[in-house]
Amino acid sequence: MKITQKEVLYVAHLARLDLDEESIEKFAGQIDEILGYIEKLNQVDTRNIKPTSHAIFLTNAFREDKEREHIRRELALANAPEKEDGSFIVPKVVG
Amino acid sequence: MELFELTIEAAHRLLKAKEISSVELTRAVLDRINTLEGKVDAFITISGKTAIEQAKAADQKIAGGDCEPLTGIPLAVKDVICTRGVRTTCASKILENFIPPYSATVIQKLRREGAVILGKTNMDEFAMGSSNENSGFKNTRNPWDLSCVPGGSSGGSAAAVAADMCLGALGSDTGGSIRQPASYCSAVGMKPTYGRVSRFGLVAFASSLDQIGPLTKNVSDCAIMLNTICGYDSADSTSVPEDVPDYTTALQKGLKGVRVGIPREYAASEGMDPEVSKAINNAVQIFEDMGVEKINISLPHTEYAVAAYYVIAPSEASSNLARYDGVKYGMRAKDQNDMIKMYRSTRSNGFGPEVQRRIIIGTYCLSAGYYDAYYSKASQVRTLIIEDFHKAFETCDLILCPTAPTPAFKIGEKVDDPLTMYLTDIFTLSANLAGIPGMSIPCGFSKKGHPIGLQLMAKHFNETMLLKAAYNFEQATDFHKKKPNI
Repeated sequence: MKITQKEVLYVAHLARLDLDEESIEKFAGQIDEILGYIEKLNQVDTRNIKPTSHAIFLTNAFREDKEREHIRRELALANAPEKEDGSFIVPKVVG
Repeated sequence: MELFELTIEAAHRLLKAKEISSVELTRAVLDRINTLEGKVDAFITISGKTAIEQAKAADQKIAGGDCEPLTGIPLAVKDVICTRGVRTTCASKILENFIPPYSATVIQKLRREGAVILGKTNMDEFAMGSSNENSGFKNTRNPWDLSCVPGGSSGGSAAAVAADMCLGALGSDTGGSIRQPASYCSAVGMKPTYGRVSRFGLVAFASSLDQIGPLTKNVSDCAIMLNTICGYDSADSTSVPEDVPDYTTALQKGLKGVRVGIPREYAASEGMDPEVSKAINNAVQIFEDMGVEKINISLPHTEYAVAAYYVIAPSEASSNLARYDGVKYGMRAKDQNDMIKMYRSTRSNGFGPEVQRRIIIGTYCLSAGYYDAYYSKASQVRTLIIEDFHKAFETCDLILCPTAPTPAFKIGEKVDDPLTMYLTDIFTLSANLAGIPGMSIPCGFSKKGHPIGLQLMAKHFNETMLLKAAYNFEQATDFHKKKPNI
């Protein structure tokens, strides 16, 4: 067992997902099988090998810090599920 | 010949000579979509009205003597690329009603040239899948056999190209999502070098792997579309400031002296369909007959590519998809008065099972205590996979292998077995890990009449070499001329 149902539930919490009983069971089995396959990587000797996070050599992309045109506020808010007076509405956060 | 059957190149000639108008052409393609959409289900959104307006504008541009290669050409766009004012869903319930306030750079480039956008094509949700069965809305069917998948994740674009429901299309490729459906549907598909095409406005799945590319009816059309979409963009910090050549200059006969590498590991791969092997061997023979030198090469870390990919891609995805929280755009779960509960309810109702599965795998691989064992390890193996390619390209100019180990499979066949589904990408995802360009072209059909694709890979920024080889192969064969009986 690479991953238990309890761990799946914990990771789902970290990722802000609600899983029902059925999904927990199904996911735990499937993810366990996938992680088992991924174990293959341990057969590779990676001592002194640098990790790659980007396949193309990149330098920092700097630009001049000057005023530019931006999306208008109404347009930025146009897709909001809830909005009021030019702001996004969310459930109360501070008690 | 019907207008909808035209290639981009042929349609351009007729538009330029004013033998047809873009409105006529666009209407013909929209009618074709109307006739076949019930069978193929390639589109999530059809923007017919806007398309006709764009076609009218293109006709005016042409009347003014300005007919660029894509002016007035009706194209389809994968629904992961933002189109201002036209719904962009990523085939996800969480973005079902999302209308982008801006267009992706590639869309701006197409529109500047006067291309016509027909609509947005179906895909696996957030581009996670190899069959289009992970779409939150519908299953696209393969025009060559409606009981089969079109491949994925750009399955809608590939099916639309194959069924003449557009003249060409845009897709995106994170692990094979342009090349594998192109192979299943007998289209030409290219994933350019990472950084070649701006990702600005491409909804992110795995940022270090994602790349936009064309799906077309032939190799010339692929070169024409690349000419328009490639190039540096200051809005994408990973876009590369390399000069873009005129890709159509690659469309010339002659391959003498070109060295084609055949990776030993790919032929020995498990699950390889004998009919695919046969078609590939036949293709190698055709290349040899054209004076190409065949070189046996080795990519020793091939068997670890799927494992490395399925750590790296879900890890990046789990981070990228954190933005879907029901606050600024997209779906929000109703009647939640607690912030965290609102997030959880929104995300678990908005995302489909495969997306949730990958978010969980990615979050797990990045979590404290597991990061080194999974993410660091996979990133080190990625280095070794890249080194394999560097070594191989010291002795060859191109690498040739199948695009996928089998032709298209039946709808439903692999849906409950994610790992088997992941293995269908075994030949394509190394190119994404290494950032090199890869291309799929038609190279045969199985006994059942299902298309088989041939993959070519080249060094970084050497799309020209791919196009040249593909063009010569296409000139020597008829596979690309065959149409599905639909």
